[in-house]
Amino acid sequence: MTTTGSEQNKAPGSTGGEMGMNSQNHIRQPLWLLAELTYACPLQCPYCSNPMDFANIKSELTTEEWINVFKQARAMGATQLGLSGGEPLARPDIIELIREARNLGFYTNLITSGIGLDASKAQAFKDAGLDHIQVSFQASSEDLNNLIAGTDAFQHKIEMAKAVKAAGYPMVLCFVTHRQNIDQIEEILDLAINLDADYVELATTQYYGWAMHNRDQLLPLKEQLERAEAIAHRYQEEQKGNMKIYYVVPDYYEERPKACMNGWGNVFLTVTPDGTALPCHAARDLPGMELPNVRDLSIREIWEDSNDFNRFRGFDWMKEPCRSCDERFKDFGGCRCQAYMLTGDPAMADPVCGKSPDHHLILEAIERGREEAAKPAQEAKPLVFRNPKNSKEICGS
Amino acid sequence: MTEPKFNADSVPVLALGYRFQWEPAQDCYVLLYPEGMVKLNPAAGEILKRISEKKQTVGELIAELKAAFNGADLDDDVYQFLEEAHDNDWIRAE
Repeated sequence: MTTTGSEQNKAPGSTGGEMGMNSQNHIRQPLWLLAELTYACPLQCPYCSNPMDFANIKSELTTEEWINVFKQARAMGATQLGLSGGEPLARPDIIELIREARNLGFYTNLITSGIGLDASKAQAFKDAGLDHIQVSFQASSEDLNNLIAGTDAFQHKIEMAKAVKAAGYPMVLCFVTHRQNIDQIEEILDLAINLDADYVELATTQYYGWAMHNRDQLLPLKEQLERAEAIAHRYQEEQKGNMKIYYVVPDYYEERPKACMNGWGNVFLTVTPDGTALPCHAARDLPGMELPNVRDLSIREIWEDSNDFNRFRGFDWMKEPCRSCDERFKDFGGCRCQAYMLTGDPAMADPVCGKSPDHHLILEAIERGREEAAKPAQEAKPLVFRNPKNSKEICGS
Repeated sequence: MTEPKFNADSVPVLALGYRFQWEPAQDCYVLLYPEGMVKLNPAAGEILKRISEKKQTVGELIAELKAAFNGADLDDDVYQFLEEAHDNDWIRAE
């Protein structure tokens, strides 16, 4: 008998792991359901990927509506459920949602800032069947962390990371890196070692939503990245068998685009707080989206028949240079949202790609970041923090 | 070749955060872990099923598999799989 396990299927947006299932003819299943339970959040991170106009989105799905979504997605083959937000712990029914999802057979991932968590809740989640908690940190130093998060949250996060481990979970820490904290990568990793973390994800800021708005202040410099990468690799070696460290280079510094969402409408389904179904969490801002809602249509109708989910499926929608490129089966032309944000046309090649005629836009963005970084502090553009007031000011209400 | 992690007396257990289950939509056993899934072939499924159901030594596990599969000579395959699964961080030895 041959005994190797087979196909790995890492979630889109996560690090490491191989992507399976990218052939053209396989039956697509929404293997990954990201449930953005609420846009409420006590933090105000300026790199948040929530839409800028989140404050205008009001009517959250009820407990019953969410459970119905879970059931339908599970029946279509979804195995991974991300409970996210905003801050998912702001939902008073979070334990019930975890219990129902786990009973349905989901692998349940809670993606939290740790605010609103305490030791007894961590245990209650465990009892309800939660499989995995990821606690996100803003930086290693208390001052910077509080500055970036816009609140005094750091000491609490440390305690929550410990409580998560005490409740019998692997400790999975996520540090979102950008120009203003990436030079502290050693302190970040030392903190993780002191906390006895099992997994550390050094997640680079992705420039969507609020992060795009603040890109000039957040995009790291090349020399910062080179230093951070060398340090991350040294720690990876030293911590082998002890703590796993995932480090990903920001796509702005790559020559080829990321295989965004592992292909549009291929394995990934996001449902937003108001029930809008999206092929990725940033797709709401694309022009011409019909934004089907789980209150009106079944998940199957949305996944199989909606214009939104079929729009960039497969390869027929592509323009040159993607259309005739050998690498299209691997990267699917990159990210539609990034193509739209930078070029105005979501069907263009992701400008991250060195073959894209728009690649200069990436290089210019990097240059603008460098100019901004060189300014004295008093002249630098301030970070715009993600909060309802700024949302309404920028987007109107 | 690294040092073998398993002998007849070691007890293999699923690594922290890993879950084993039958997945009807895939028509196979799978291992689920934070943000990912491994689809298992039938042989890997039979081994991990027993590891996930109860704590037992590799010796007992092999005896159980032999009983289930007509006394097939599968010792080497099981050890090979356990080492691979360990290298992939799916299981650890107690």
